[in-house]
Amino acid sequence: MHEETVYDALDTAHGGESPDGQWAFGTGFDEPLAGVDTTVPAGIDPADLGAYCLMLGDDALVLAQRLIQWVTAAPELEEEVAVANTALDLLGQARLLLARAGSVGVLGRSRTLATATIPDEDALAYFRDPDEFRNTGLVEAPNGDFGQTMVRLLVASTVRLAVFSRLRDSRDPVLAAIAAKGVHELAYHRDHAARWVLRLGDGTPESHRRTQAGVDAVWPLLADLFSATDVEARLAAAGIAVDPAQVRGEVRAVLGEVLTRATLAVPGWPGDLLPQGRTGVHSAELTALLGTLQGLAREHPAATW
Amino acid sequence: MAIPALQVDPRAVAETVTDPELPLLTLADLGVLRDVRTEAGTVVVEITPTYSGCPAMGVMRADLVHALHRAGFPDVDVRTVLSPPWSTDWITAEGRRKLAAGGIAPPGRAPRRPAGPVPLQLGPSRRTASCPQCGSADTVEVSEFSGTACKAMRRCRACAEPFEHVKEV
Repeated sequence: MHEETVYDALDTAHGGESPDGQWAFGTGFDEPLAGVDTTVPAGIDPADLGAYCLMLGDDALVLAQRLIQWVTAAPELEEEVAVANTALDLLGQARLLLARAGSVGVLGRSRTLATATIPDEDALAYFRDPDEFRNTGLVEAPNGDFGQTMVRLLVASTVRLAVFSRLRDSRDPVLAAIAAKGVHELAYHRDHAARWVLRLGDGTPESHRRTQAGVDAVWPLLADLFSATDVEARLAAAGIAVDPAQVRGEVRAVLGEVLTRATLAVPGWPGDLLPQGRTGVHSAELTALLGTLQGLAREHPAATW
Repeated sequence: MAIPALQVDPRAVAETVTDPELPLLTLADLGVLRDVRTEAGTVVVEITPTYSGCPAMGVMRADLVHALHRAGFPDVDVRTVLSPPWSTDWITAEGRRKLAAGGIAPPGRAPRRPAGPVPLQLGPSRRTASCPQCGSADTVEVSEFSGTACKAMRRCRACAEPFEHVKEV
């Protein structure tokens, strides 16, 4: 029943000789929540729900973009495949969450720049400015060397896993389903990163030195992870979201265990700042990263193939 | 030539559609095809992604629509279901046989998914798989990741062949 190529099949299924063709960036043809009931739970402000989905979705999108910077540059082929697969899982989570934000009408200024025919998830990924992104500072920081990249992945996936494992009980059935699906993916990412930190920290003097430097570089970013924004506080009180302060203890326990087993020094835990990334306050590094991610689409917003 | 729709079971049509990344298996073999039913003249098909980032969902949807159109069903609605999440336990016995025949080790039983925190696994993977080429159980995991999100890479120490293994989830 297959067409000659997947492109033929897609083309046929989406109207064939349509003069509009297929949008050249993003997925265009696929809506990850097609057929899913996206009704907003009673008593919940859709703007809050959408804003929260952007926070979780942007964390995944930006970290995925950081990770794929290792493709063609990873220390070995197997690791390149590992990093790419991890990024793909995160990209999938981002697509679901951005689509969820779009389903409740939270689109920011993206729709003023995107062509009308592209899906919300693509408009949100390609046509928001840096101040509209809601990821934490942890995921936008540069990769550093491979050891530092694994330390950051360990921290980011530990936090996200702790949030997602609680979010499985969210009163929003869509968020609960996205979280339930993501938990085993995130556990796999976390354990993969943790094993690298163990191997490198408890490896040669040089790998130990560099991984400790990676830990020391990543640690200050923990200050932007555990303070709830007003949106998170309201939604957590309503049983929709997870208050990030709730996961602080679990995250510290996991990170402390891995670093100690890896013979790495655990730096002091930084105090919590008021939310930065979650309110749109970002470093210049995010602007540069989004420039790579969005540049071509913004230059040719109506391009098709 | 389209066969008159009345004589064809849409489920039977949907069950012939193969997976874009593992074309030796049908979507039904893989447990991705969750339901096929008719609602007011429209064929409603439910599919579920294996992984959140499964890039094949769009192609699956397109292939299903195309196969049903060709079989004489003009109105087709392919819906995504996210819950409960896909498990390799849903791969059918026939699917497992086809995987092994195609040189891919089928998954064992999926681990339990308890509520609450997921414990750290700092040791080497405890997954096991028999070599789909020679049948030896003396195999070792080379990489936790492989060409698609759902597989790991292993090597057989008896016959030295590398092979892929569908990871238990």
